[in-house]
Amino acid sequence: MPRTGVQLFRFVVLTIGSLIFMVPLLWMISTALKPIDQTMSMPPKWTPKQWTATVDGETLEIGLGKVPEDATDQTPVPVTAAFQWGVEREGQRIPVRMRRDDAEADTVTVEMSHHWEWTREGKTNPVRRLDHDSENAASAEGQVLVAVIDEDGGLRRQTVPEAELVKIYGTTHDAVNRSYSDSVTLTLPREQVTRAYVRWNQRQEHAYVKTQTLELPYGDIHESVVPQWGNFAGSIKEMGQFGRYLRNTLVLCFLTVLGTVCSCSVVAYGFSRIEWPGRDKIFYVVLGTMMIPFPVIMVPLYGVFRDLGWIGTLKPLWVPTFFAGAFNVFLLRQFFRTIPKELSEAARIDGCSEFRIFLQVILPLCKPAITVVALFQFLGTWNDFLGPLIYLTDQKDYTLALGLQFFQSQQGGTQWHYLMAASTLVVAPIIILFFMAQRMFIEGISMSGLKG
Amino acid sequence: MTRNERRKLGMGLLFISPWLIGFALFGIYPICMAVYYSFCDYDVLRSAVWVGPMNYTDMMSDDVFWKAIYNTLFYALFSVPLGLMLALVIAVLLNRPIAGRSFFRTFFYIPSIVPLVAVAMVWMWLFNGDLGLMNYGLSLIGIEGPQWLADASWTKPTLILSSVWQVGGAMVLFLAGLQDVPKSLYESADLDGANPLGQFWHISVPMVSPVIYFNLIIGIIGSIQEFVKPFVMLPGGGENRSALLFAVYIYENAFLYGNMGYACAMAIVLFFIIMFLTWLATRAMGRHVYYAGE
Repeated sequence: MPRTGVQLFRFVVLTIGSLIFMVPLLWMISTALKPIDQTMSMPPKWTPKQWTATVDGETLEIGLGKVPEDATDQTPVPVTAAFQWGVEREGQRIPVRMRRDDAEADTVTVEMSHHWEWTREGKTNPVRRLDHDSENAASAEGQVLVAVIDEDGGLRRQTVPEAELVKIYGTTHDAVNRSYSDSVTLTLPREQVTRAYVRWNQRQEHAYVKTQTLELPYGDIHESVVPQWGNFAGSIKEMGQFGRYLRNTLVLCFLTVLGTVCSCSVVAYGFSRIEWPGRDKIFYVVLGTMMIPFPVIMVPLYGVFRDLGWIGTLKPLWVPTFFAGAFNVFLLRQFFRTIPKELSEAARIDGCSEFRIFLQVILPLCKPAITVVALFQFLGTWNDFLGPLIYLTDQKDYTLALGLQFFQSQQGGTQWHYLMAASTLVVAPIIILFFMAQRMFIEGISMSGLKG
Repeated sequence: MTRNERRKLGMGLLFISPWLIGFALFGIYPICMAVYYSFCDYDVLRSAVWVGPMNYTDMMSDDVFWKAIYNTLFYALFSVPLGLMLALVIAVLLNRPIAGRSFFRTFFYIPSIVPLVAVAMVWMWLFNGDLGLMNYGLSLIGIEGPQWLADASWTKPTLILSSVWQVGGAMVLFLAGLQDVPKSLYESADLDGANPLGQFWHISVPMVSPVIYFNLIIGIIGSIQEFVKPFVMLPGGGENRSALLFAVYIYENAFLYGNMGYACAMAIVLFFIIMFLTWLATRAMGRHVYYAGE
């Protein structure tokens, strides 16, 4: 068989294989960048699309319905456009919901949403006015009783000067659906209520959006690839406490890396650079502990941490790393052993203490191995799920991994674009880290398995 | 013991003291307590009450326990050998110089470092029965794909497939092992006219047999304890508990049902299963593992 033939065969197999291996991650990113309706389209498309067409003389983003396979430029295809009814208030267009539209009448009935904001000392809080219902009527001239909503959702009652309250009209979907939003029903002359289109892919962000189906010639519809970068911000918002999750994860990564590096290097030094009776026998015990499955010690460990009052805190997740895990000790010991004895001997003759030899002679030489250990500990902490699942009780203490699972279990698997965007946010730092320290990853893995 | 020896012993123990303390607190003590609790009726709120071997006898008549054991062994039996074979084949293909080699290696390796929870999310989406990419791909070749995660007969294969995707670590180990094989072996095999397949069987496989053994043991330990993906992808073990793995059942007993004693007893059983399988693998492979230089 000619060598080039074998080479070509290998190249083709590797190309196909690596493409298949990349499909799940590419599909995750692709989904993360799509508007929600395109995540559910069949057949699936790899790129997030945006269609535009001219409707009522206005160039507009629209949704595209099912296109027949043999469609020509003249074929009429169904498209959907999104629009709002709205009225002018103080130079601003306020979306409204059409309540009653009697074609005969000169007036229409609409619903409009607003809330009140109260600003004091530069801090703005949403408030709910309590003077609408008679029981909570205004207490004094110019003073209004309100319920102030704190940042964490708490309520307190307070009387504030009416002049300090500002009325904010609800223009977004979130604004009109908030619990403290008020709505009023108005009857207005027909010509005051006007229709305006909104961009299709942004329709869920706006208030009171309605859709209508039209038929347009296929040739009039333009297709372009537009990633929905806003999905990342959207998923962060949907997850609720993403910032806290990220902070907790980073704090844990920092503490566990610190703990592992400090404790494992000291212990590995004791197992490799000092010769004491029984050392190697005890080292077998260290290796043996790697065989203990976590489920075995899971329940008693939980008991220990509960007795210490650590359940519901981050402590069970980082304190143990300050007591040297077997695997990392093993890795570092293998590396420490490769450093010539003469170096330590020379330092000893110069009167160095054992600890100074460790700090000033051995550690500087072992930076590569220590970096590998730190890297894998970071990875381990970032990816850990079972630990946080067992020990963390309060949502504000969750890590990213646990927060992602919590988000998924809460929203019940419909918003795949947000779920994939959130997953991408959890995965991306690891992939970036990998590309920054690629050689170390590969060396670290090889070190762990072979040079034993 | 001379003074110097005593000094060194003291120094050595001082240096390993973090491990000694950690081992006592987070190693020996929990293991002893796990054995003790396994003979107790114990939950979070009350202190443990000795009940003798009741937890172990309860296990015998617990259908879900047997189901979890069956599922876990089924999972391990397929995912470990499949993963090993795939990792070895990729490593052999990557072992000799080829254009874009480091790219290929990166592509095969990256899935193995992706956080498992995110992997679970992505697989739930890919294997979604109605909207998933997998079933769409199958429909292109005329196959109507199953409801992977909802159909009791397909949940375990889904888990196995997703585990096979993460063989990057094993692959890198094989690659490192293959790189230590003397080139001269392949060259003389070439001269003798051995074909690539023959070289694979008669040179590569025996020469990396220590790595195969290592990966096999790691694979067994890992797969018997598999937790995150089944827990996230198939809450409660999925349809008819068809993908309830042992570690998930232990977790459920310990932290959802409050049967911590029972959970400990099952964890001890899990430990012995791992020990037994490791012993089995060692016996089966022992004579075939070739260590260079022995």
